[in-house]
Amino acid sequence: MSGTDIAFFLLALAAIAGGVTMLQLTNVVHMVIALVMTFLGIAGLYVLLSAEFVAVVQVLIYSGAITIIMLFAIMLTRHHADDKERQTTGGVWHRAVAAISVLAFGLAVYFGIRRLDFGADGSALAADNAREIGKWLYSYYTIPFEIVSVILLVALIGAIVLAKKDGKGAEDK
Amino acid sequence: MTLSAYLALALILFCIGLYGALTKRNTVIVLICIELMLNAVNINFVAFAKYGAHPGVHGHVFALFAIAIAAAEAAVGLAALIAFYRNRKTVQVDEANSLKH
Repeated sequence: MSGTDIAFFLLALAAIAGGVTMLQLTNVVHMVIALVMTFLGIAGLYVLLSAEFVAVVQVLIYSGAITIIMLFAIMLTRHHADDKERQTTGGVWHRAVAAISVLAFGLAVYFGIRRLDFGADGSALAADNAREIGKWLYSYYTIPFEIVSVILLVALIGAIVLAKKDGKGAEDK
Repeated sequence: MTLSAYLALALILFCIGLYGALTKRNTVIVLICIELMLNAVNINFVAFAKYGAHPGVHGHVFALFAIAIAAAEAAVGLAALIAFYRNRKTVQVDEANSLKH
């Protein structure tokens, strides 16, 4: 067992443990913190896959920005402190059906991917991935890149419009 | 490591996110579970970029686009959540039933 295998298993364990902990916890803030562990584990896996730039972006966007925006949303809305309130929708049957469906989906996909191997040894990637990504992004993927910037602008304006108080409600306050 | 190990890990994370999105009652947690599913898909992109039939940085570029779209989706989703909270004073998914009756 090489060092890469050990690193993969540790990072995969961290990612899965974060996800399972997130499902088990009841406090919403603790759930978000558990998800940070998953996101950091995934960033480590990106480094193992020699995608250093994507790993840094993952840490910046997911572990940083999205976690913080989720925590802000939790703090701006009222969450009952008592954990006696139920956490899940529906009853036991609803959850059982959901669990069985997800498990069946997982098994079906697993039988499809367990023997998948293209024979690539992973040595084809260049050492300077960030430079390659930049070259492709600003030549071949220029139009998708510009469209993403438009989408981000639209999302920004849409979020402001959605979260803005109505004129009537603002006057009442 | 082989490709199937990364794909199996991504599948497990996707299933965790799917189960959480289907059963959790808090809207913030449902949104977080959707982010987890998007992350699992990104692992697949990057794994195929290294071990796929045509290795190259195209998978990385796709993962970056997916991360950008996920960030936009999180911002809009949380703005909708705050608008919902202002109208109904709750963030539980099963109380968003104005269209039901």
